[in-house]
Amino acid sequence: MSCEPWQCAEVAATKKANPITKPEVAVALIKRAAHPLLVVGSNAINRSMEGRQLIDFLIDFAKASEVQVVATAHMVGEFLKRGYTPAGFMNAMDIGNRLVDPTWQGLDGKGHPDLAIFVGLPYYMEALILSGLKHFAPDLKTMTIDNLHHPHASWSYPNGSLDEWASNLKVMTSKFEGGQ
Amino acid sequence: MTSKNVRVKIGEMKTSTGLVKNLDISIGKIVDDNWEEPMGPTPMPGLTTLRNWDMTLLNKYKPFYMPDCDLCCLCTYGKCDLTAGKRGACGLNIADQSSRIVLIACCIGAATHNGHARHVVDHLIEKYGRRYPLDIGGLNVKVEAPVTRLVTGIRPQTLGDLDEVLTYCESQITHLLSVAHTGQEANNLDFESKAFHAGRIDQVGMEVADIAQVSVYDFPKAEPEAPLIKMGIGTVDQSKPVIMCIGHNVVPSVGIIDYMKEQKLDEKMEVVGLCCTAIDNTRYFERAKIVGPISWELRFIRGGFADVVVLDEQCVRTDASLEAERVHAPVIAASEKNCIGYKDRTNDPADEIVADLVSGKVPGVLILDPEKVGEVAVKVAQKVAPIRKKMKSLPELEEIKELAKKCRHCNMCQRSCPQDLRIEPAVKAASEGDYSKLADLYEECIGCGRCEEACPVNLEIHSFILKVGEKKMLAETNYCRSGRGAIQDTEIRNVGSPIVLGEIPGIVAVVGCANYPHGGKDVYDICREFALRRFIVVTSGCSAMSAGSYKNEEGKTLYEEFPGGFEAGGVLNTGSCVTNPHIAGAAIKVANIFAKRNLRGNYEEIADYIHNRVGAVGLAWGAYSQKAASIAAGFWSLGVPVLVGPHGSKYRRMLLGREDKPENWEVYDARTGDKVNVGPAPEHLFQTVETPQEAMVTIAKLCIRPNDTWKGRSIKLSHYIDLHKRHYGVMPPDVHRFVRTMADVPMTMKDEVTQILKEHNWKETVIPDPTLLPRMIRKKKE
Repeated sequence: MSCEPWQCAEVAATKKANPITKPEVAVALIKRAAHPLLVVGSNAINRSMEGRQLIDFLIDFAKASEVQVVATAHMVGEFLKRGYTPAGFMNAMDIGNRLVDPTWQGLDGKGHPDLAIFVGLPYYMEALILSGLKHFAPDLKTMTIDNLHHPHASWSYPNGSLDEWASNLKVMTSKFEGGQ
Repeated sequence: MTSKNVRVKIGEMKTSTGLVKNLDISIGKIVDDNWEEPMGPTPMPGLTTLRNWDMTLLNKYKPFYMPDCDLCCLCTYGKCDLTAGKRGACGLNIADQSSRIVLIACCIGAATHNGHARHVVDHLIEKYGRRYPLDIGGLNVKVEAPVTRLVTGIRPQTLGDLDEVLTYCESQITHLLSVAHTGQEANNLDFESKAFHAGRIDQVGMEVADIAQVSVYDFPKAEPEAPLIKMGIGTVDQSKPVIMCIGHNVVPSVGIIDYMKEQKLDEKMEVVGLCCTAIDNTRYFERAKIVGPISWELRFIRGGFADVVVLDEQCVRTDASLEAERVHAPVIAASEKNCIGYKDRTNDPADEIVADLVSGKVPGVLILDPEKVGEVAVKVAQKVAPIRKKMKSLPELEEIKELAKKCRHCNMCQRSCPQDLRIEPAVKAASEGDYSKLADLYEECIGCGRCEEACPVNLEIHSFILKVGEKKMLAETNYCRSGRGAIQDTEIRNVGSPIVLGEIPGIVAVVGCANYPHGGKDVYDICREFALRRFIVVTSGCSAMSAGSYKNEEGKTLYEEFPGGFEAGGVLNTGSCVTNPHIAGAAIKVANIFAKRNLRGNYEEIADYIHNRVGAVGLAWGAYSQKAASIAAGFWSLGVPVLVGPHGSKYRRMLLGREDKPENWEVYDARTGDKVNVGPAPEHLFQTVETPQEAMVTIAKLCIRPNDTWKGRSIKLSHYIDLHKRHYGVMPPDVHRFVRTMADVPMTMKDEVTQILKEHNWKETVIPDPTLLPRMIRKKKE
């Protein structure tokens, strides 16, 4: 476990992510948020652990936690194929652009998200969007639940193996009422 | 053009007072205004001339910044931490700094293209004279330089006219770059406006470069049936001496090809190219071959295919000379912009240079005379080839197996890979004799070599990938259409109406570099999808090569499968990156030739026309460079949306509309002066898309324009909805925003669309004569 950025040159200056040392920490932060939002990128179908795709882990997590999901790229179709309807879908830059707008009231119009959780975007895209949010959305907290450390997030898991990632996602899911 | 220098040249004259030799007098300018078109309001715009137009666009499409770096380290007050709103020692905040970097990138791009143009024009004037006439399409192209006419108000007719155009561009670039100095511009939107201006200047410089070379070198002149050119390393006859030209400036290659022809060696040698020089070589010499896009430089130099490597300018790997040295291929640096530390041998006798290169006394030389480059390259290739062919340049499989055992499994290779490729498991498998995983990396590897730089035990991972991909590499035999140059005026007349009315659903320009997220196949797939849908598909640069690098089920490349005309279902390659203005020029010519709008110095009106009427979208799926940034900026300023692939997010600033904010989508109806909500058409000006599926859906949507007739809108919506349902599995949730009357709804989708309209309490609206410019309103509202 290391808290270096996954891509070596992706360095931050003075505001760097706090490491999520165990999944229970992430769960506590999510439970504390009034309007959390989970942004799921295109690697949701390109990463597999324990014989299942990342998207399947995320559907379990979303169902258990009832965190609203916004799918980027063409991922909405992948969710629908699996019988899960995300709260919304839009381009990754579009969701970033809305998150820096304090007047945006979220996908359901009930309030601006106070926690944006990212997973499964190409690393560099995710890093850039997180950087944009770090600089231009001062009231927003961000979290990544990938196995790749993102220094521009508020909280991020350290770099880890696929097995560790699967384990973290399963523990997170289990800590919500809807989880196993 | 409007003015000309009067120049008297006297070679030798005897007078009563003595002998006069080489007298050359310029005595000012004579107005020669035989161009009837009246001058528009903004000829040769300065930095703020078009600021209002830029701000109109920037208000509609606001910047979304994603800083790539939290710091500024451009002056000695720094480093300054600009994190989250902090201002630096000069007072700049991170939004300003981000836009400043955008401006700097666009200035670099514009300077590069204009520098290229300057070199070409000066060289050709020196050789052929200022009065050499421009001809880029004979009688088929009367609007020879639409961008130049539009921006500068000049109608260039000779090489000398281009000199004047470039002088203007150079002054603008100097001013623009000065803006980036510490303590100049203080507002991010003003930086952005100036980046747009850099884009305009960039477009002019590129156009100048291409019309000069098309005119003098007799490239295909707006030719839909430009020749099909062999492409791929598999098409190269390795038994012949091979000269490999890399870069963008065709002038040294012309020297090579001319010398080969003079010596009757053109059938006995191979001239191949990488990057845009490759395309321009084929425009000059049909037997020249394209071996690949920019990202394959390392692949083909290290692969040992070249007997001589000739480097000109732009996008040349700065370690290309070192790589060539490794495979004992002599290098000729042929551009003053890329001297590589080599001794300048321009004035030395050719045979002395040849002897030094062949003997290995020097690994490379700088030669700034293109004719001498030609002679030296050809002679060296002939002498070196028989020796070099025996040299091994890639490790054998058994060696790879042994070397791979040194791997420490630290994963630094993957962590340094821009593609996040799973390199370590591939190396591990290779150490056990299984090369399949390394082979899998071949297609997606962009050839940057960062994995090797990161490896603590110096494994030459890229060479491993090349070796196991060697069979595939040698089997690459495809076709690319040689760059056709401009679009004919007659073609514009044929398609102007259906484009503006929306019946041709869009123009998709797939352009730019090869920093693709998953190989070039995505480019092929996207182009083919839209060609089959009878969009006009235009390619250029490295994307044009990638588009031709795959085949359909009948074994045909895109350029064999589809016609090369500017027509519905056409796939045309305009040429190298300096031909991008021909794409912008096509949109401009629609306004001029079809709609009879004046071009001359009339930028704002024409851009407004294009933005509201011409359903054109640029896709730079693998854009990487500063030149790509300035090219995009030229399109933004014309109001043409540009999409980039995932790596394009690293341009760190998007220009995004908000479809959920109706106030952003109002235009004036030029007939009445009423404000009309036309929906998010087009929704964005600069956007990153994550996957090819998303690119296809977004392209179809971004082709929608306020001016579409009901028939045109219905056609465009049918493509958007069909692609959305295919790739996203659902109806587009925003379809109601694009329906103005029920006639807009595609017949076959009526039930589904009507349902969405009901859910959104949709109301019919008018189809306006759209404009963003109050001055274009013909009748003021009472």
